[in-house]
Amino acid sequence: MKVLTIARNTFREAIRDKILYNLLFFALLMIAASLLLATLTVGEQSKIIIDIGLASINVFGALIAIFLGIGLIIKEIEKKTIYNILAKPVPRYQFLIGKYIGLLITILVNIVIMGAGLYIILILNELRWGHSIFDVNFDIWKAIYLIFIELMVITAIALMFSTFSSSSTLSAIFTIAAYIIGHLTEELKLIGDKVQDSLLKGPITFFYYFLPNLDNFNIKGRVVHRLDVPSSYIALVTVYGLFYVAVILLLSGVIFQRRDFK
Amino acid sequence: MTNSVIKTENLTKVFKVGFRGKSVAALKGLNLEVTEGEIFGFLGPNGAGKTTTIKILMGLIYPTTGKAWILNKEAADVEVKNRIGFLPEQPYFYDYLTSREFLRFYGQLFGLEGDELRTRMNNLLTLVGLEDAADLQLRKFSKGMLQRIGIAQALINQPDLIVLDEPMSGLDPIGRKEIRDIILRLKEDGKTVFFSTHIIPDVEMICDRVGMLMKGELVNVGRLNEIMDAKVKYVEIVARNVSKEMLAHMEAIGSSLYETCDHVSINVRDEDRVDSILQLIKDGKGSVVSVIPQRETLEEHFIKKIGGTS
Ligand SMILES: Nc1ncnc2c1ncn2[C@@H]1O[C@H](COP(=O)(O)OP(=O)(O)OP(=O)(O)O)[C@@H](O)[C@H]1O
Ligand SMILES: [Mg+2]
Repeated sequence: MKVLTIARNTFREAIRDKILYNLLFFALLMIAASLLLATLTVGEQSKIIIDIGLASINVFGALIAIFLGIGLIIKEIEKKTIYNILAKPVPRYQFLIGKYIGLLITILVNIVIMGAGLYIILILNELRWGHSIFDVNFDIWKAIYLIFIELMVITAIALMFSTFSSSSTLSAIFTIAAYIIGHLTEELKLIGDKVQDSLLKGPITFFYYFLPNLDNFNIKGRVVHRLDVPSSYIALVTVYGLFYVAVILLLSGVIFQRRDFK
Repeated sequence: MTNSVIKTENLTKVFKVGFRGKSVAALKGLNLEVTEGEIFGFLGPNGAGKTTTIKILMGLIYPTTGKAWILNKEAADVEVKNRIGFLPEQPYFYDYLTSREFLRFYGQLFGLEGDELRTRMNNLLTLVGLEDAADLQLRKFSKGMLQRIGIAQALINQPDLIVLDEPMSGLDPIGRKEIRDIILRLKEDGKTVFFSTHIIPDVEMICDRVGMLMKGELVNVGRLNEIMDAKVKYVEIVARNVSKEMLAHMEAIGSSLYETCDHVSINVRDEDRVDSILQLIKDGKGSVVSVIPQRETLEEHFIKKIGGTS
C-alpha cells in the first residue's frame, strides 16, 4: 500500500516534469523523420522505419530511465524531501521499491506512446503504397516489450548508483557506461580472448560476467527481417532481466538501509 | 521509565567532512529525557546540534555511539513512527503538490484513507488556516504558509509525540502566536511536544522544561525557574518630577539613575531600600509611574552561558 503511494507520487512528479516531455517530443520526432528517410531509399521502406523507430525507442527510453532514475533518490536527498518520508512509518526498502515502480510506470507509458507513434507511421507507410493496414509488422510490440525489460535493468542500475552516490553527474556517467558496455559485451569477450596481458584480461572478464548482456534484449534485426522470435526466447530473456533486477534492487536496499541522510 | 517519551543515552555523532575526512563532533555524549505530557523546549545557538539530535531521534541518521529511544522503542524502529508527528527544519516538501494532495500523500503513508482521511485533512486545513489555499501548489506558498502546512502534516496521524524542528522560524509575531496556541492545545490533549528553537521568548511563554544545548553538550536542563536565577536582580522605579538634589540623594544610597526626557528611571539593587526611595519621591512632590522587579531573563542566562563556554 505504502509502496503504491510512493509509486503514484513518483509518477505524478515525473509527469509534472518538463524533461519528460522534451525527451518524448524528440523521440516522436525521430520516428516521424524515419518516414522521410524511408522515402529517399529504395527497397522495403518499412524495414528502415522499424529499424530507426525501434532504435529511437531504445535510446530515448534509456535516456528517460537514466536521467529520471538517477534523480529518483539523489533529488530527494538534495531537496531534503526524503527526511519527512523516512520519518513516517515507511521502511526504507519500501520507499526504494516505490520509487522504482513509479519510474517504471512512467517509462511504460512513454514507450507505449512511442510504440503507438511508430505503429501509426507504419500504417501510413502501408496506406501510401496501397497495402492493407494488416500488413504492418505486429512483431514490433515484441521488440518493444523486450526494450521495456532492458529499461527495467537500466533503471535498477541508475537507482543503485543514486543510493550511494551524491553526485548526479558521476552516477549518470557510470550508468551510461554500463548501458554502452552492456550492449558491447560480445565484443568485450572477443577482446578479452585476444588480449594476452593478464592485467587487462582480469577487468575485461569481470565486466563481461558482471554487467548484463543487454544485446539479449535486442531482437530488432529479427523483427526487421520478419524472422520468427520464439516465445520461449522471450520468456527466457524476461527471466534473465528480472533476475538481474532483483539482485540489483537487493544490493541497493542493503546500501540504502545503512545510509545517513544528512 | 514508563512515561519517558524521549530518552537518549550518551548520544554521540561524529561527521566526516571534506576529502581528508576531518571529524566534526556534532553531539558529545547527550543524555536527555522528556516525559509524557510536557512541552519541552530544545534551545541552542546555530550549529549546537539540535537538528542532528532530532535526525537521530527520527531514525534518519545513526548515532556514532550511544542510543536513543522514543516511546520506549529504539529510535530507528519503523512502527513507532505511527505515533510520532514530525516537522523537519525547513519545510522541505514536494512543491508540485497542492495542500490537499500533500496531506493526502502523508495520510496514506500512515495507512489512512477514505472519509476518515478527508475529515482529518479538512480539520487540519482549518486548524492552520489554509482552507483558501487547499488547491494551491506548494511552490506558490509563502514561508509562513509552508510552515503551517508542515504543522498540519505532522498532525495527520493524531500522534502522541510531536517533534518540531524550529517551528517558529520565518514566522511573523501573529504566526508565532498561532503556532504557540496549537502547541498549547496539543498539550491540553495530553500530547508531548518536543521542539527546537533559538527564539527565547517562545520558550519562555509555553515550555514546561527546557534543555540548553551548546556545541553538542547539554549545558542545562530543567524547569525555567530552576534554570534561571529566580531572585530579583534589581527593582526598577520610574518616576516623574523628581528634583535634582533628590536624585543626588538617591544616588548616594546606592541606586543607578537613567534620565529620559521627562522621566527618570531608578534601579535599586537592594530590595529593602525600595520603600525609602519611594518615600523620598513622595516627599519631593514627585510621582511614581511604575515599580517593576527585574529578574534574569532566559536571554541573559543564555548569553551568559554562551560566553561561559566559548
Ligand atoms: N551532514 C553534515 N556533515 C558534516 N557536518 C555536519 C552535518 N550536519 C551537521 N553538521 C555539523 O554538526 C553541527 C551541528 O549541526 P546541527 O545542524 O545539528 O545544528 P543546529 O543546532 O540544528 O543549528 P541551527 O540552529 O543552525 O539549525 C554543526 O557544526 C554542523 O556543521
Ligand atoms: Mg537546526
